[in-house]
Order: sequence, then C-alpha cells, then structure tokens
Amino acid sequence: MIKVSQLSKHFGAVKAVDDISFEVREGETLALLGTSGCGKTTTLKMLNRLIEPSAGVIEVNGQNILQQQPESLRRNIGYVLQNTGLFPHYTIEENIAVVPQLQGWGKTKTDTRACELMEKLHLSPDLLSAYPHQLSGGQQQRVGLARALAANPPILLMDEPFGALDNVTRTKIQAEFKQLDELTRKTIIMVTHDVQEAFDLADRICLMDQGRIMQLGTPADLLFKPTSTFVKEFLAGQQLQLEFKTTNVNNLWGLLPEAPALSAAFMPKGTSVWALMDILKHQPAISFQKNKQVKTINFEQLMSAFYQYRKGDNNHE
Amino acid sequence: MNEQQQTLWGFMREQSDKLLSQTLEHIGLTFISLIIAVLIGLPLGILIARRQRLSGPVLGVAGILQTIPSIALLGFMIPVLGIGPKPAIAALFIYALLPIIRNTYTGIVGVDTAIVEAATAMGMSKRQRLLKVELPLAMPVILAGIRTATVINVGVATLASYIAAGGLGEFIFGGISLNNTNMILAGAIPAALLAIIFDFLLSRLQRINIKKIKTATAASTLLLLLASFYFIPSAYGGKLTAGFTPEFMGRQDGNLGLRSVYGLKIHTIVISDAVMYKAAYQKALDVISGYSTDGRLKAFNLIVLKDDKNIFPPYYAAPIVRDDALKHFSQLEKTLNLLSGHINDSVMTELNYRTDYLHQTPERVAKDFLVTQGLYKPSRNGHSGTVRIGSKIFGEQYILANMYSMLIKGNTNYDVLIKSGLGGTLICFNAINNNQIDFYPEYTGTGLLAILQPDAKTVTRLTTNKDSTYNFVKTEFEKRYHISWLKPIGFNNSYALMMRQKQSDDLRVKTITDLKNYLDRK
Repeated sequence: MIKVSQLSKHFGAVKAVDDISFEVREGETLALLGTSGCGKTTTLKMLNRLIEPSAGVIEVNGQNILQQQPESLRRNIGYVLQNTGLFPHYTIEENIAVVPQLQGWGKTKTDTRACELMEKLHLSPDLLSAYPHQLSGGQQQRVGLARALAANPPILLMDEPFGALDNVTRTKIQAEFKQLDELTRKTIIMVTHDVQEAFDLADRICLMDQGRIMQLGTPADLLFKPTSTFVKEFLAGQQLQLEFKTTNVNNLWGLLPEAPALSAAFMPKGTSVWALMDILKHQPAISFQKNKQVKTINFEQLMSAFYQYRKGDNNHE
Repeated sequence: MNEQQQTLWGFMREQSDKLLSQTLEHIGLTFISLIIAVLIGLPLGILIARRQRLSGPVLGVAGILQTIPSIALLGFMIPVLGIGPKPAIAALFIYALLPIIRNTYTGIVGVDTAIVEAATAMGMSKRQRLLKVELPLAMPVILAGIRTATVINVGVATLASYIAAGGLGEFIFGGISLNNTNMILAGAIPAALLAIIFDFLLSRLQRINIKKIKTATAASTLLLLLASFYFIPSAYGGKLTAGFTPEFMGRQDGNLGLRSVYGLKIHTIVISDAVMYKAAYQKALDVISGYSTDGRLKAFNLIVLKDDKNIFPPYYAAPIVRDDALKHFSQLEKTLNLLSGHINDSVMTELNYRTDYLHQTPERVAKDFLVTQGLYKPSRNGHSGTVRIGSKIFGEQYILANMYSMLIKGNTNYDVLIKSGLGGTLICFNAINNNQIDFYPEYTGTGLLAILQPDAKTVTRLTTNKDSTYNFVKTEFEKRYHISWLKPIGFNNSYALMMRQKQSDDLRVKTITDLKNYLDRK
C-alpha cells in the first residue's frame, strides 16, 4: 500500500530523517515511535507532502506521490493533528464537511455522512451547530478524527492524536478508537512518543532514533527479539506491563490446563494477559474454546503459564 | 455659555447647505481613499505574509510615508497631481496604507500554524486556504487596521481644504483665520462625530461573522455609496475657477463683498495661501485672492484686477511712532518721512520678490534700493540715544525696518535697535503702546479693522477712500494712544483679485467688473 524507499530530509546540516525505508500493508496500523526529535513527525508529514523530502521515493499503491498534485493527494489521505487544528470559525458540521466539500460532494450526502460520524464517535448531534471552542478537549479530538474520516480516505495519518488529552480521557478514547469499525479497514500511520499507546493500538511499530529506524516489527518482536540494546533500553521501564499486554491466550494455549467450562460464556482467545488479569480480579475462572478443546483457568494458572512462556522465550507460537 | 451654543446652532442652521456639502465631501474623501488603500493594502499585506523577505522593506516604506507631516505631504502632491481632490485622496491613501498593510500582515501571520497546517493537510489549495481560513481568521485584526485608517483619514481630511479638495476643513481653517469660534466648531464637531460614528460602525462590523458573504457584500456596497458622496456636491462647474483662502471666504472685504457689491458668481474652491499662487500659475485656478504686494505676483507673472467698486479697504503702509519718541528724537520724523513716496505697489512687489524668491537678505535688498534712490548714506556711528524699531514677522516688514535703520544711522546721530519678528499686529501694537519699541510700519486697514474696530457703518463709510481711512486712524491713534501716523510710504498692501497676465489680456479682463461681465456673458 505505502512503500517508502531511502527517504531523507535535511534541514541545513541537520539530518531529521536519514535514509529510511519501510512498507505499510493495506489495513495495517503502523506506529512511528520515538523521543522528540527522532524524525517520526517529519517522516509522517512527508507522506502527505506537508514536508517535501530531500531525497527518496514514496509510493502509494505503486504511484510515486511526488509526481502527484499535492492537493488531490491530501484529499485522499486523512490527517489528525495533536492539537486538533479545527477551524475555529467553522461549526462542527462545517469542520467535518471540509474535505467532502473540496471533493464536490452534494449537501445531502455530506450531511448524512456528518451525522453518521457523530454517532460512531459518540458525539451528540446537537453539537453539529456548535463551534470548536464550546467543546471539551476529548470532544474536539473526536471531531478532529471525524473530519479526517469524513471523505472515507483509505489512508489515515495521525500526529500524536491523543497527546494533548488527560490520562482518563486518553484511555477512554483509545479504547473507542480500537473498536471503531471505520478504522479497521484503513491503513493507519500514527506518530507517538507513548510506548503504551504504540503497543495498544499498532499492528507493527517502527522505533526511530536520530532520523534512523532502530527496529521495525510487531510489538512482540520488539519486546522479545530486540535487535539492539537501544530497543531493549527504550522499552525497559515498562517491560513487564508490555509483555502482559502483548501476550494473549493464543500464545499460551499449549501451557494452559484443560478443564470443563463453568458456564457457556467463552472469552475470545486474542484477549491479552493484561486484560485477563483484570477480569480475574472479579471472577474465579475464565473459559476458552479452540477446536472443541475447552480450557478453564484461574489467576494462578494464568500467571504460571505466562512465566513458562517467557522462560521458553516464546517459542510456542 | 448658553448664548454661545445658541449662536453655534444658529450658525450651523444658517450655513446648513454648506455644512451638508462639506460633510458629504469629507465622507467622500475619507472613503474613496480608504477603498483605494484597502484595494492596494490588503493584497500587499497578503503578499508580504507569504514572502516574509519582503515584509521588512514594504512595512518600512509604508512607515516612512506615515511619518511625513500631512501638510508637507499635501505640498509634495501638488507638483505631481495639481490641486483639488486628486492630491488629497492620494495623500489620505498614503496615510491609510500602513495600518491596513501592517494589520493584514500581522493578522495572517498570527493565524495558528496548526490550523494552517490542518487546512493544507485537508487538501486546500493556497487560494482556498487564504479565502476560507487565513483571511476569515485574520479579519478581526484586518478590520481593526481599517478602523484605525478610517479615523486617521477623517482627521487628516480636514487638511484637504488647504489644497481645494473641500471637506469640513473649510470651516475649521476659515474659522481659525477669522477668529470665529462658531465656524471652527461647525467644522470640528461634525468631523469628530464622523470619526466616532465610523469607528463605532466598523466595530460592529468586526463582531459580525465575516464569512457570511452577505455582510461583506453589504459592507463594500456601503463603502462605495459613501465614497460616491464626494461627487455629488462637486458636480457643478463654470467658465473660470477661483481659489480663495478660508479667511477671504468669510470676510465682508472678501468673497461676501464680491457677491453683494459686484454680484460676482464664480465657481469657487477653498485653498491655502501657501499653494494658491502656484496653482494659479499652473492654470489649476484662474482667479485668486492674494495680497497686492506679494512677491509671488511677480514670480508667477500674475496681475491685480482693479477693485473699481472699492470693496477692499486700503492698506497703505506708514510708520507709526510714539509721540514722546518724536519729542525725544527731534530728527526722527524728518528722517522717516524720507522714504515717503519712493515705494509704490509694483516696487514693493519687486522688493518682496527679491527676498521671498531670490532669497536675498532684507539688509541687502534695503541697501540696494536706497542706493538706487540716492537715499543711502554711510552710518555716522552716532551715540546720542537708541531708536527701537519693531517689525512684524514677514519679509516686507523686515525690508522696511532695515531701510529705516539705514536712514536713521546715515542721517542722524542716533543708534538703532531692530526688534524684528514681533508675531502679529497685536503683539507689535502692544509693544509700541507699552514703550517697548519706538515705531514700526503699520497699514491703515489694519489700524482701522484690527486695532480701532469701529462699527460696521463707519468702516463702510471710511474704506471706500484711502485718504479718509488714513485721516481717521491718524486722528484716533493720536487721541487714544498718543501715537502718530507719519506720511504713508506709498504702496497699498491690500486684498486683491489676481489673474495670469496672459489670460487677463486674452479675455480683456482688467477690473473686477470686467470679470463679472465676462462671467455673465456665458
């Protein structure tokens, strides 16, 4: 879907992005992760030509974007900013309608789409006629997302989308974000400095430092197969929590004891250890089913399976 | 106080036609220049917001233009654009430019970069971004600039009357010249009200949501409508154009007399003394009100039309001397009278021309003249007392003071002290009356109208004849102040109507009656 080859951006003598290459598959969510000044935002902005590259090629569906009209390119790529960047003189409805209007949609179609997005993002339709400054930070961020999604672009770029929110709001919106069906089909590239966020939301993570890619892989790859001490150290502070979040029942299946279910309710096998620990605080056991095999576990059994899995260096996949 | 307000109201009612047309002209001048300034300043502001490199030079130049004093700016405009509305609008335009450019620039540059980035990322072209995002968001700042420009323009437009562009300045400056408070207020109060009203209206406009195109259209239509006011009153013309000073316009021995005594109907514009002569020379004006011995008469080859019905009172110059000084300096009277009969109007004009235009010193002009007349004698360096000579603050008086100084030093044993530059008539007169000076050259008309101030009937009776005026002031000064009028020098520096020599010859207009007849012929 998106192919970046030998991309560089120099600001004078500073190499903000230094000869990087990567690919993003259709429907995948990629997180560009790193500290401030690592080049992640510059990389993102080159994808819709807000910043022109010094060297390299970016292809979307096999077409070099540097040979396209920047305006038409951007109208097919959704963009979410950290500080929302909502137009203060436009109502919420007008904000959402910006790209559809640029693309020449009719009024009815645009209105329907705006209402649909408001519902999906849990925003009251009353807010359509409000102005951005009348909304809370969380609501503004949802509108920012709605605006990016309005014309249904296949690609979505997000620059620290939850960075300006308080912890409680951020957790809530991140949870909604994961469940939003609009997003599951989209190719998403997201910039973040928040390791938890990257691990929560991304299919693959591209960890960057000083304009270069340090490692590109699944969260599990980065956690369990770090390619350098930089990667290891970057994750060190939150290693255990990340492992709980990254490991799921599928990974542990062989290590879990077989037992009949207590009730007919089965949990999905993609559920992370972190989520299961939370559930097992309130109930004694959880059951899973795979090929007519039923396994039921309590908190201790889950923990023991997880530690065996870690010791075996997760070769059980 | 109450009476004062009554008279002001009375004055405004009496002059309501003029007041209305001046107000409309004022509004017109303000808004024509404002529209041009917006049409040029707005794009320029946008340009320098896009190319920041240019912002320094552009704002610098606009800033320098802003610092030129308004009178000087109007003066600069005359050689290029002549007189009338064109230079006035150009000057007002220049004053309105800086606030508009600067606020457009500041407004656009001040738009949150995140919002501009969002607009770009949504796929807006530069043009769409400007029209849909940057300009609407910068609009409050831009409008604030336009408000500033409007208020500045309402103020500066009062000066437009100096160069015959009309407006409320005609009343203000006329009132100042005539020392007529009601006239000043009749111009100043409407001008202040205009500034307040426009500022208020624009502040309302600032609060309206600007992206609503309807209001924007309405606003620009309103502007155009206001601008067109200017052309309503000026839609009349005539064969010849006269330029009169604000003071002349309001005086019985000026425009009022021309109308009532001669029945002269001429297309008249109001203009300042400083540019009037040149405007006549450049054929922007045909008839002007000037002073009969002004050096510019010669410089610009103008001639004086004969006042055949004697509406301009005589202003014959003569030295006036304290009686005790005459007693104390026994040789003084004889010496001062030496000059009498040597200077007529054209000689005085010539002498003024040499100081005002050739920039020769009054000493040199005085000496050269005395030498050619055979009156000059080298100084005796006498020490039997000092005679104090006063002079008002203009060239003609300096020349006369210097001539008298040389005559006294050459013919008597007195020493001389010249106290030149005694502001106006009243300062000079107070100085002589309080024994600060011994004598100075005064004009009969001034003595009559500015100092003695008799009732209107006496004035009318006296001013038709130069001798009766002279005799009246001589008697009255002696009686009231113990000051003597010596023999008149010979020239008459009075108000006069003037034309270009060539036009006067072509039209065979030599007197004011000729002028009236020519105009009536159609």
